[in-house]
Amino acid sequence: MMLAPALAVVALVAIYPLGQTIYQSFTNQQFLAGIEPTRFVGLDNYRDLLHDTVFRDAVVVTVKFTVVTVLFEFVLGMIIALVVNSGFRGRGVMRAVMLVPWAIPTVISAQMWKWMYDDVFGVLNDGLTRLHIIDEPVAWISQPSTALWAVAAVDIWKTTPFVALLLLAGLQVIPGELYEAADVDGVSKWHQFWRITLPLLKPAILVTLIFRTLDALRVFDIFYVFFGSRVDTQTMAIYDQNTIVSIGDVGYGAAISVAIFLIIGMFVVIYVTFMRVEQQ
Amino acid sequence: MSTVAERALRAEAKARPRVRPRARRRRVRRFVRRLPFYALIALIFFYAVFPFYWAIRSAFTPEGDLFRTPVQYVPTDPTLANFREVLSTGEFQRALLNSTIVAGTVTLVALAIGSLAGYALGRFRFHGRSATLYLMLSMTTFPQIAILGALYTTINRFELYDRLGALIFSYMIFTLPFTVWVLTSFMRALPRDLEEAAYVDGASPLQTFYRVMLPLVAPGLVTAGLLAFIAAWNEFLYALSFTQSTDKRTVPVAITLFTGKSGSTYQIPWGQIMAATVIVTLPLIVATLVLQRRILAGLTAGAVKG
Repeated sequence: MMLAPALAVVALVAIYPLGQTIYQSFTNQQFLAGIEPTRFVGLDNYRDLLHDTVFRDAVVVTVKFTVVTVLFEFVLGMIIALVVNSGFRGRGVMRAVMLVPWAIPTVISAQMWKWMYDDVFGVLNDGLTRLHIIDEPVAWISQPSTALWAVAAVDIWKTTPFVALLLLAGLQVIPGELYEAADVDGVSKWHQFWRITLPLLKPAILVTLIFRTLDALRVFDIFYVFFGSRVDTQTMAIYDQNTIVSIGDVGYGAAISVAIFLIIGMFVVIYVTFMRVEQQ
Repeated sequence: MSTVAERALRAEAKARPRVRPRARRRRVRRFVRRLPFYALIALIFFYAVFPFYWAIRSAFTPEGDLFRTPVQYVPTDPTLANFREVLSTGEFQRALLNSTIVAGTVTLVALAIGSLAGYALGRFRFHGRSATLYLMLSMTTFPQIAILGALYTTINRFELYDRLGALIFSYMIFTLPFTVWVLTSFMRALPRDLEEAAYVDGASPLQTFYRVMLPLVAPGLVTAGLLAFIAAWNEFLYALSFTQSTDKRTVPVAITLFTGKSGSTYQIPWGQIMAATVIVTLPLIVATLVLQRRILAGLTAGAVKG
């Protein structure tokens, strides 16, 4: 009764569309009706998808991006969380400041960085040249060898503080007496980190990693701002959106959607299995 | 962050005007030993803050100086021209208005529906309760791209395409489950006695909800509402896919597709884009700093306790 509105909305905006997506993926539905009548095509879309090198490249780009960003965000976030947790003056300010990148729209941070990356007038090239780290300006975004790193750096900048906050929340639950006891026993800080902090932080770490991985796998905003739908650097989500909205190939787009869903689901299964194994 | 350290030292010196030399020497030594630590904090701070500085500096730099090398680190003739240009088209104000309408409506609807559901899930035991909770939790990580096509055709069938209603409708998918989840955890934390007292006085469950529970859970409503608002305000994929006309754009779409007033197609109007960025970002920064406690409460309820 009281749940009914919530369940109805969830059914309408999530469950029904999900079912419809699965159904569409077996059809040749086009957005502009009248080009071709929609009919059932069986597994054709999926067969095409298996041989679609553009999609394969998109998967590779997305997974690379995910691995790089989640790794850096986790390590940097951990360092920041430990620093903030160690207690220094201005800690409250620091924690508030850390929320700021999280709160601003992703496309805005992407625009800010895109301008800093500008090959002629960007501050990054200017600064690095002045510091004699590079000899001549680099076209960070258009050059394929740096494009993925450039975009990863933006995501790391935007999301690391958030990761740090999640880890910090976990750190603050660990009782201080454990460290005091370790200090009395003469255990080094380094050992304390490996023996006390990490094991006790494991649940927070796993939850954080899952959240970040799922988020990174469906990345869209930054890539759209940086590359539009440039083929060598598109993610699964960009390819899908382009197929559905720009090309209007709803049937094939639905098959891509299902594939993305399965890939993300696969990562969830891996994490959950890992958690189960750890618990035993 | 040597300034923080200095301020700390100064404050201490003020508090105890006469410090014995040995104590002072010890403090200086401690400060030196912690220098790498402060350097690390300074580095983190620089990485976090510099892009904002750069956006502000670019917003105040005249277009001519922006596209000239060597790069000016501080504008020599600061100007408001970029701000004036951005606001003169009306395009940007329209986007601000659209975003406010969409995010505001989404937040109110999600809170209205979500608080009822949160009450049911947090206060009553019934069959399928934990299944519903798991459903809501899994929905919070639902990949929005997975249903883009289906939503796209549905929205077209209901003739919502290129209308703000399309966004309000589709944004429920990521705001509602989250709101339910946060409010459930807030509701669950309330003591039983008050509710029982209301029942003894003959109040119906709905009356109890409105008169007793809702006021008590107000901090939770602020937290959940804030997070829903921010999520809706920042959303890009659906806003880009379900609207077409310039006057239906939300802020993220407007800032991405901004071409500027002069409309020179070969040069991106970075000065104006940065001005727009500053206009949008400043209120968000202020709101985040003021409401950080509420936001953190919601984030940890949503993530860590899960």
